[in-house]
Amino acid sequence: MMALDIIIAMKHELMIGFIIFLLLFWKIRTDEPNPSEVISVVNGLLLATVLLFLFGSKDVVLFNQMFKGNELILFQKSMLSLGMLIVSAISFAWLKNNKNFLEFYILLLSSLLGMFFMISSANMLMFYLGLELSTIPLAAAANFDLQKRKSSEAAMKLILSSAFSSALLLLGISFIYGSTGTLLFSELSVSLVENPLSIFAFILIFAGFAFKISAVPFHLWTADVYEGSPIPVTAFLSVVSKAAVTFVFVSVLFQVFQSLALTWTIAISLMAFLSIVIGNLFAIRQQNIKRFLAFSAIAQVGYILVAMLGFAEVAQSSIFFFLLIYLFSNLAAFGVIGIISEHTGKENIDDYKGFYQTNKFLSWVLAIGLFALAGVPPTAGFFGKFFLLMAGASKGNYILIIIAALNMVISFYYYLRIVKVIFMDSNENPIAKTEAGLIPNLALLLCMAGLIVLSVYGPIYEYIVSIVQPY
Amino acid sequence: MNLLILLIIPFLTAIGILAVNGLKQVRTVAFIGSMIQLCLSFYLLNQYHIVKELGDASIMLFEQNHAWFPSMGIYFHIGVDGISISMIILTALVVVAGVLVSYGMEQLHKEFFFLLILLSLGAYGFFISLDLFTLFFFLEVAVIPKFLLIGIWGSGLKERSAMKLALMLMGGSAMIFIGLIGVYFYSNEVGARTFDMLALAQNGISKEAQLFFFPFAFAGFGVFTALFPFHTWVPDGHSSAPTAASMFLAGISMKLGGYGCLRVATFLMPQAAEYYAPVIVLLATIAIIYGAFATMMQTDLKYINAYSSISHCGFVLLGIGMLTKVSITGAVMQMVSHGLMTALFFAAIGMMYSRTHTRLVAQLGGLLKVMPFISSIFIIAGLCSLGLPGFSGFVSEMTIFVGAWQNPNIWYRLATILSCASIVVTAVYILRAAGSSVMGPIKDDHFLKLEDALWNEKLAAIVLLSGIVVIGVAPFLLTDLLSPGTQIIMEQLLK
Repeated sequence: MMALDIIIAMKHELMIGFIIFLLLFWKIRTDEPNPSEVISVVNGLLLATVLLFLFGSKDVVLFNQMFKGNELILFQKSMLSLGMLIVSAISFAWLKNNKNFLEFYILLLSSLLGMFFMISSANMLMFYLGLELSTIPLAAAANFDLQKRKSSEAAMKLILSSAFSSALLLLGISFIYGSTGTLLFSELSVSLVENPLSIFAFILIFAGFAFKISAVPFHLWTADVYEGSPIPVTAFLSVVSKAAVTFVFVSVLFQVFQSLALTWTIAISLMAFLSIVIGNLFAIRQQNIKRFLAFSAIAQVGYILVAMLGFAEVAQSSIFFFLLIYLFSNLAAFGVIGIISEHTGKENIDDYKGFYQTNKFLSWVLAIGLFALAGVPPTAGFFGKFFLLMAGASKGNYILIIIAALNMVISFYYYLRIVKVIFMDSNENPIAKTEAGLIPNLALLLCMAGLIVLSVYGPIYEYIVSIVQPY
Repeated sequence: MNLLILLIIPFLTAIGILAVNGLKQVRTVAFIGSMIQLCLSFYLLNQYHIVKELGDASIMLFEQNHAWFPSMGIYFHIGVDGISISMIILTALVVVAGVLVSYGMEQLHKEFFFLLILLSLGAYGFFISLDLFTLFFFLEVAVIPKFLLIGIWGSGLKERSAMKLALMLMGGSAMIFIGLIGVYFYSNEVGARTFDMLALAQNGISKEAQLFFFPFAFAGFGVFTALFPFHTWVPDGHSSAPTAASMFLAGISMKLGGYGCLRVATFLMPQAAEYYAPVIVLLATIAIIYGAFATMMQTDLKYINAYSSISHCGFVLLGIGMLTKVSITGAVMQMVSHGLMTALFFAAIGMMYSRTHTRLVAQLGGLLKVMPFISSIFIIAGLCSLGLPGFSGFVSEMTIFVGAWQNPNIWYRLATILSCASIVVTAVYILRAAGSSVMGPIKDDHFLKLEDALWNEKLAAIVLLSGIVVIGVAPFLLTDLLSPGTQIIMEQLLK
């Protein structure tokens, strides 16, 4: 029965692996596969991957404590697959026009596979392997618009900064091993004690994570990479990749570094403060909508960090819930931007003047996505932000909470500025009416439905609360 | 009565608006929906009296409690008392009138009526909430419709005004949020945490926490109700907004703040309310006097009404700050009265503006001769505003002054006297505006060709006017309704 257990525990990985091999064979068999066909098949399989979580999961530990599985991890994997599915659906037009679309899928799916291994890891080395598998294909994907210089620049920046942060992580991991003699999360949570070496190791690991989730002051690569990469890759980076790293970050923080809580409380408070303030202030000044979303994403990370200061359970459930909402809201925004960019090549905020005159549906989708990012009800974004701050306040830290709450007003300003441009500014020749097509529209509707359902329907949050790990 | 229906009807109306096409159908759906809601709110009043006569002494009636996010202590807890019922009726009246005066809205009519109804949904939800989270949720629901209504359909510097309003209200919300967090974490240190207002009032909050968090909550709600110095969004927002949105903003939205100051800040943190009462009274007095004098300097009718709203909402805060039963009753009466009166005022201004295309007092004149109905309601709204007996403005301001005078503190009496004196200033600007804009010679020849109010505009004015007159002639209808609610707040204060 051992093999069956493995299949059940690793169903997501097997499924993604299967898709990757399927695509490889497809590529070998025909020189020019029919894009619509392939994309539909991949989307169908990804949908199946998302639905895998309906089968449930047992708590298992496999491969000499390298790989663990439980219901929370299952949920996280399905969430990431959902992100991948939406990214794939909203970039339908871009993929169809790109003759290398198969490679695009193979790269992003490999990255997704790496994320699955990363969040399932119960061992530092396994975690590191998963992380590398998830980052390196992304750098290649960032360079996907081969003829664009900005795209190469983005890829270069991404690979250099990832390599640097990976090096920091690896150094931190080796110090951890040096001071405790083990790499297993479960043993580390007991044997790691507060001493200078472990604090130093923690700082290195922490900096590595901060790079990956682009928290200030390790955010400098974000805006350039977001701007230069093709929009589907940017969407993937800003949502799926960030969510995956946050999942691991949370579990490492609360499980492995529990004994250093005093140290990381200070570090995280500081980083949360800086991320929120700097993300907000820079977002105000942006003209390019992708750069704008990059800085808004930095500010959102700040709010996630605020929640990490709370008690483990409430912090985790609020962060996971927020990430689910963030997935829908950010992908709704990126979806619209991607569709417009593909059809018209316009990516500046000013180009969106008078957008509502010509594209009512897309305008509303973008506006609702931005409202959700700003945290305004009735979209679910309100609940996400509210719960994050509540979680952060559960251990005190009122000063930071007050700063964060007041900063929401600033963020409100720059999100509303775009809404203003779309709805209120007049324009002689606004962006022409754009037909997104069936599949992208369905994906956008899914995002809208997600944003509404997650707000009025409480049990989803309660489900997340019931599956988080108490550590 | 099942209170959820008060939310379902606007929701269905909004869906219905999306489902139909063309201005005629859209406005008919909106009108029918808001009329049903108005009938329901009077039915609720009736039911309230029936239940009360049967001897039901519970604080809140028709309560419902559904789990929403139970692990966070968030419940969808709704219920009403006399104060909320009066606010619900006010909202229903203003919504009907607002829909009626917007009958000619050609530009993007579907979106317009949809947002209008969404705004009212936020207000209804706010007034029936007994759970702080639910209350905050509905308060915020109303922010985006306001922003879009002003920014898209407004006039003048509409984008700037819309942004200013949205940001200031958001700032207020952020402060309210901080207050809520404090209430939540300091209310019950041992047991389960809750947002339930009744449970919070029972448990009590330590005095230190109250003193720290009360200013946030009160000032946050104060932003909504134009608490000095957070009043600056009022003139810009009101003057740029389209007529119906101005009516909503001044008539309902500013009442959300007053209601919150009373029901959340004062009710849940009574000791802090007592401690900070002098500050509230001071700020309210400044708002009253400053608002009145600032109004004198205005030349635009909408600005006149907007600044006078600051002054009138100052009375609400004065009533709350005085912390006597009579003054608090007066504050709620003033909220209702000001809501109706200012909505009527804005409706009249809107009707005049849509015909003459100017709101400047200097350019208007002699309108009474060409459009007697509109001019009459303009004058009536003005007279109500300056507190003529027989209208609601008189009884509510009188009640506040009587209640304020019960407070023996010499400084409070000085504040009361100063506030009383500001009514003279009110009389000056109202009579001046009314005199030169509707009386006198006709200043522009094209005024002669203008038509008087259409049936929908007449109906809108009559709906609001009947409310004003009923309260003015029979104030006991309102005071009896409010009495149990204010009694509970007083008991909380004296505890």
